[in-house]
Amino acid sequence: MSNKKNTAMTFGSHVKELAKSDFITYGVVIAAFIIVSIFSSSGLLGRKAAGLLVPVCCYIVMALSLNLTVGIMGELSLGHAGFMSVGAFSGVIASMLLGEVIDNNVIRLAVAILVGAFFAAIVGFLIGIPVLRLRGDYLAIVTLAFGEIIKDLINCLVVGIDKNGLHIIFNFKGDKSAADLNLAEGGKAIIKGAQGATGTDKIATFAAGFVLILIALFIIQSLVRSRVGRAIIACRDNRIAAESVGIDVMKYKMFAFVLSAAIAGSAGALYGANYSNLVATKFDFNTSILILVFVVLGGLGNMLGSVIAATVLYILPEALREFANYRMLIYAIVLILVMILTNNPRLVALREKLFSKVSSVFKKGKKKSESEGGK
Amino acid sequence: MTKFIKIIAMIIAIAMVATCLIACGKTEDGNDVANNGESAGNSQTSTFKVGLTGPLTGDYAIYGMAAQRGAEIAFEEINALGGIQFDFRAEDDQGDGEIAVNAYNTLVDWGMQMFVGSVTTGAAIAVSSVAYEDRVFCLTPSASSVDVIDGKDNMYQVCFTDPNQGVASADYMAENTPDAKVAVIYRNDDAYSQGIHDTFVSEAKEKNLSVVYEGTFTKDTATDFSVQINAAKAAGADTVFLPIYYQPASVILDQANKAGYTPTFFGVDGMDGILTMEGFDTKLAEGVMLLTPFAADAKDEKTQNFVKKYNEKYNETPNQFAADGYDAAYILYEAITKGEITSDMSNSDICSKLIETFATLSVDGLTGKGMTWKSTGEVSKAPMAVVIKDGKYVLPENK
Repeated sequence: MSNKKNTAMTFGSHVKELAKSDFITYGVVIAAFIIVSIFSSSGLLGRKAAGLLVPVCCYIVMALSLNLTVGIMGELSLGHAGFMSVGAFSGVIASMLLGEVIDNNVIRLAVAILVGAFFAAIVGFLIGIPVLRLRGDYLAIVTLAFGEIIKDLINCLVVGIDKNGLHIIFNFKGDKSAADLNLAEGGKAIIKGAQGATGTDKIATFAAGFVLILIALFIIQSLVRSRVGRAIIACRDNRIAAESVGIDVMKYKMFAFVLSAAIAGSAGALYGANYSNLVATKFDFNTSILILVFVVLGGLGNMLGSVIAATVLYILPEALREFANYRMLIYAIVLILVMILTNNPRLVALREKLFSKVSSVFKKGKKKSESEGGK
Repeated sequence: MTKFIKIIAMIIAIAMVATCLIACGKTEDGNDVANNGESAGNSQTSTFKVGLTGPLTGDYAIYGMAAQRGAEIAFEEINALGGIQFDFRAEDDQGDGEIAVNAYNTLVDWGMQMFVGSVTTGAAIAVSSVAYEDRVFCLTPSASSVDVIDGKDNMYQVCFTDPNQGVASADYMAENTPDAKVAVIYRNDDAYSQGIHDTFVSEAKEKNLSVVYEGTFTKDTATDFSVQINAAKAAGADTVFLPIYYQPASVILDQANKAGYTPTFFGVDGMDGILTMEGFDTKLAEGVMLLTPFAADAKDEKTQNFVKKYNEKYNETPNQFAADGYDAAYILYEAITKGEITSDMSNSDICSKLIETFATLSVDGLTGKGMTWKSTGEVSKAPMAVVIKDGKYVLPENK
């Protein structure tokens, strides 16, 4: 939204304004990392909180990635978990392969994330060719279908390694299993079809998640401020006008879509490296929608909003465990309340009034409020 | 102005996250204090904190709830005996590995000393590797995949492993109906179903049992089986092996009946529960064979007592998962008694003591007499084949 607002401003203040909000976003993320690290090193963090750190990082990166597609590019994608899935499984294979030769977990994780991003980008490109020719609702439905297709394909995947290298079979007819890989002595099946990847090494760390968030933020925010980014935003705001000034809509949309898929793949690779068990059915429609909820509640095009929404909404169901069986009910109610609070015009006006009052306390004299805050 | 608003928003956001995290941290501290106080106060009767994670909500809630209720009944009985006391807490994991790890971590913060879980396979695999690093002893009532116990000395199972079920089913058929032409219909996006299918097919090959058709379905296509049924019929199969849960199995039985196809259906422990399923005509299940460790209408006193209590408390007939949960509680109790374990020991001490004890432990439970364990964590007990007759399980000899 803030981008739409900013296009109305003069160019100089536009860049300044954007740069400022960019640095605030970096600042929040870095401050949050430092605070959590201090808590963690002083032992104040419980097991539950510590266990949530890496998945929170994954979901933040996923939300950022989807925000690039939905908020900046302006197309609704309902199959984003599919890219996460591709990244997760290719990342797991890469890290297990490397595990034979390299002991250093940091390098393994970095390579896994790069491999995950690379394969997700390829899949994003292939899917983008038909999908980006569609518009609006049709595009949304087709991405949903592709998300499901990816899930089913990965369900058929059987992968193993032995001293001869990588063995891959596709179990389309449902009559093959890990035994058909014919692995040599000492070989190990990594992905066993529906049983997923099991017994993989857990090498993800919170620090890696933090770095990944910063990289994703840097890529997306730099993109938005760049020539390419402005072209992408122009395609979103008015496709015909953009075409009339010679912008290749397909090319720029493809660029944004592939980039978004790559970032989602890297998030998936980090996610895959955090658990010893990974199944394709985890990355279903529900997961796609969950991430979409983070993006919508955080604000379309608002990166800081995505970061905060993903963090709070991921922690919320875990924090509500005290309510036992009612927790998912309460979670749903909270979601609805947040939706109302952030979107009801009267409540938004009330909130803005409140904010402007608070800020006027800080800065007396300048009473003129711009009445557009909280973005 | 906007800058100020943004900074305020930022501070609020950080504060929110920080309070969330600190709150989590604090509960741990609080529990630790309570824990210490308890163990200091109860020097004669020691209280153990036992946790369970299972799907208490969502698609698989029926299994998680059953295991939780079964374990609850058992712990209540044990606590009523005096002596060793148990504090039992179940957390919801929705059958998902990621949430299961979160649920497990919550239980660790609570001060859990032993873990009964997870109920479903995928969740159990994810939790088991964390618990292995923590040195927390785990006894899963019903996660049957080998991957759950593979390479982890602290993981034990109450139920059969998937390969065991697949092998036992193939062996049973090879012994009793060696000329059978077998069709297999299984769910290929489910670890449990595929695990049994894989071992069944390889064992069938070894025993020269002919498998004429292998059909698959997924979670999303579990409502129509006409393709698979017709293909099995066309392949001339006279036995249909269904290594699946009972809901899709009930659809298959119904549709096969409508198609006029009447082979012998053969199920595994997931088939248990079909007779108590709401809206299912039990006549359709007539003649279905299944391997199950537990039958709710067994005549022995233990089972009858358990079924009666469960019925009174929850107004339904317990399934195999409830029996597994019940057995898990008693197995822990017996092991603690035998290993002379006290609750003031550290988790890793309890874990190594229990591993030692399990090597020589033998327990009579609802799901098997004289259950013993291999060092891998696999249980040894006799699988029991039953036939459904007049809406009841009977042993095949009495058929």
